[in-house]
Amino acid sequence: MRLKRKDLLGLADLTPEEITLILDTAASLKEISTRPIKKVPTLRGKTVVTLFYEPSTRTRMSFEIATKRLSADTVNLTVAASSAVKGETLADTAANLEAMNPDLLVIRHQASGAPHFLARRLACGVINAGDGTHEHPTQALLDLLTVREAKGTLSGLKVAIVGDILHSRVARSNVHGFLKMGSEVWLAGPATMLPPGLAALGARLTTSLREALTGADVVMMLRLQLERMGQHFFSTLREYSRTYGLNPDTLAWAKEDAIVMHPGPLNRGVEIDPAVADGPRSVILEQVANGVAVRMAVLLLLSGGE
Amino acid sequence: MSLLIAGGVVVDPAQELEEPRDLLLEDGRVAALELPGVIPREGRRVIDATGLFVCPGLIDMHVHLREPGEEYKETVATGTRAAARGGFTAVACMPNTRPVNDQAAVTRFILEQAARHGSARVWPVGALTQGSRGEALCEYGELKAAGCVALSDDGRPVMNSLVMRRALEYARTFDLPVISHAEDLELRADGVMHEGEVAHRLGLKGIPGAAEEVMVYRDIRLAWLAGARLHLAHLSTAGSVAIVREAKMAGLAVTCETAPHYFTLTDEAVAGQGPDALVRPVFDTHAKVNPPLRSRFDREAVIAGLADGTIDVIASDHAPHSVLEKEVEFAEAAFGLIGLETSVGLSLRLVHEGVLPLSRLIALMSTNPARILGLPGGTLKVGAPGDVTVIDLFRPWTVDVNLFASKSRNCPFHGWVLKGKAVLTLRGGEVVWQEE
Repeated sequence: MRLKRKDLLGLADLTPEEITLILDTAASLKEISTRPIKKVPTLRGKTVVTLFYEPSTRTRMSFEIATKRLSADTVNLTVAASSAVKGETLADTAANLEAMNPDLLVIRHQASGAPHFLARRLACGVINAGDGTHEHPTQALLDLLTVREAKGTLSGLKVAIVGDILHSRVARSNVHGFLKMGSEVWLAGPATMLPPGLAALGARLTTSLREALTGADVVMMLRLQLERMGQHFFSTLREYSRTYGLNPDTLAWAKEDAIVMHPGPLNRGVEIDPAVADGPRSVILEQVANGVAVRMAVLLLLSGGE
Repeated sequence: MSLLIAGGVVVDPAQELEEPRDLLLEDGRVAALELPGVIPREGRRVIDATGLFVCPGLIDMHVHLREPGEEYKETVATGTRAAARGGFTAVACMPNTRPVNDQAAVTRFILEQAARHGSARVWPVGALTQGSRGEALCEYGELKAAGCVALSDDGRPVMNSLVMRRALEYARTFDLPVISHAEDLELRADGVMHEGEVAHRLGLKGIPGAAEEVMVYRDIRLAWLAGARLHLAHLSTAGSVAIVREAKMAGLAVTCETAPHYFTLTDEAVAGQGPDALVRPVFDTHAKVNPPLRSRFDREAVIAGLADGTIDVIASDHAPHSVLEKEVEFAEAAFGLIGLETSVGLSLRLVHEGVLPLSRLIALMSTNPARILGLPGGTLKVGAPGDVTVIDLFRPWTVDVNLFASKSRNCPFHGWVLKGKAVLTLRGGEVVWQEE
């Protein structure tokens, strides 16, 4: 049982069968995290390097916990500045890592395509933990797992993703993932942050929150990067919140049993009202829990462990 | 020294000639152009051009030779060797060197290097503004006296419309054409590729076609106001072609160029060139260029502009960069690709595909750039410089960057199989490149 690929760079090139394999594996690994001794020896002797060029709390911790629960050795490297600033090129970093012979490299980088750059140069497997505004495959996989658990299926659903689609790697990976699994994806946000090119993939685009939410089974709110205001992407937080915020009133447009998701961290009161974020339909913390299981599955399947 | 190129078909759009002729070069100039067999062979070196096309030396009016200042990327010596190898007898080099070619001393240095090491003629383009900072005008009279044939702030366009107006007027005073790199830098912002479906998929910041088009329109209007000669560099979008077409119909003195990559590639080349590139993107920095590779629609419009005469010139925008600038993350990589050694082969595809007759292509790559820049050459009339490019229209060859004479290797066409190339290049009657 393993993925017939060296790297996990995005959902764009995963088949539905591969996605299902990862989700099934993650589901079976979830139980480990509930044991008194949360550790299996599966990846003993394997070395996993996590290389984070961007600040991250939950993704980095989630990978670290996943690695430890599988008994692999981990080395965590957080690089504050971009490679251009700190002087060493990404190619040199890759060469140095290669010389230390790790089994898997987990990388987050502010440049779209940086993991692909490394994957072409390294013999070890590369896992993309978020590249620029391109993809964030393990986030989309944990989202898929969470939806599958809540809805019992990934096909025939209406999934609404709301917010700054243009700059969201989470949105891009989820568009690929949900479309491949047979659901409908609606992207909603102001026209400044709604890239029309994604319609070519099969996603539906709208500037109307109501249109996106009406009849939705899944509502995924994206974090609004507050610095986008200074870059003319929207006027004020107040108007953004009134137009695209999820609150009990706007959530009422969705199906009665619709679930509410958010990749975190939350801007409470901006894109999501606390009453919804902490409400009974929120699965935000299930997403976090599933993140560990999905990352364990990916580590396991890429390293060929049993 | 007397050299007879015999047995070929001479293609010289300036004389509306495309017929078998023998060409005699003496003392660096065209001494005679006669029907086959008329010029005696005795006592002359004879080059057999049977089956080949004998053309006026090709002129690439938009290249970056990087000297002075970035000699690790290219020098006048290596850049002009690449030119000769690619079939060009002359190049016009852009002023964005270090220091910028904004004063006569820099112009003279470039020309001295060319006289010492140049395989092709070098025609410097002077800066429009000091340091290409878009503020104070350069001494155009001094630059012209030193040898500059045009003015441009290529790569660092003048954003202030008043400065651009004055620059155009002041350039008219010295009868120098202004070459505009049409790009609204605010609108480009930190974009790294064409804004469209591919950028949206790859999560790369886009440069909209409008960033070029608004400045194409501005500069045409300003040139009209100033009564100046405007040449628009490296047009890449359907909108730009449409604006120029309309301006020409209105009788304005505007000319323009495009580059082979804009009629050959699209923005998909950033993802890669394989069939599944959009699914497994490689973020190819060799396809990162400014203006960016555009959509299929834009590419078709550029080809249509070449076919209907809206576009006057094909120039390569040869922009050498080393691995230091290209073997990095896509967003960090420098813009630009090299073109001197692939330009003819890629452009001949237009001939083979029936877009253009060969004579039109020679006009785009020799006659017209000579006319726009006021250069000697661009024709094989008796008395013209002995600059000749001999083309084998059908010779198949494979692009191999490792064989390039250029110092740099940033070429997205490595491995491409092309049909047709320059097999002999003569500058002033001397052979500067001959295919084995």
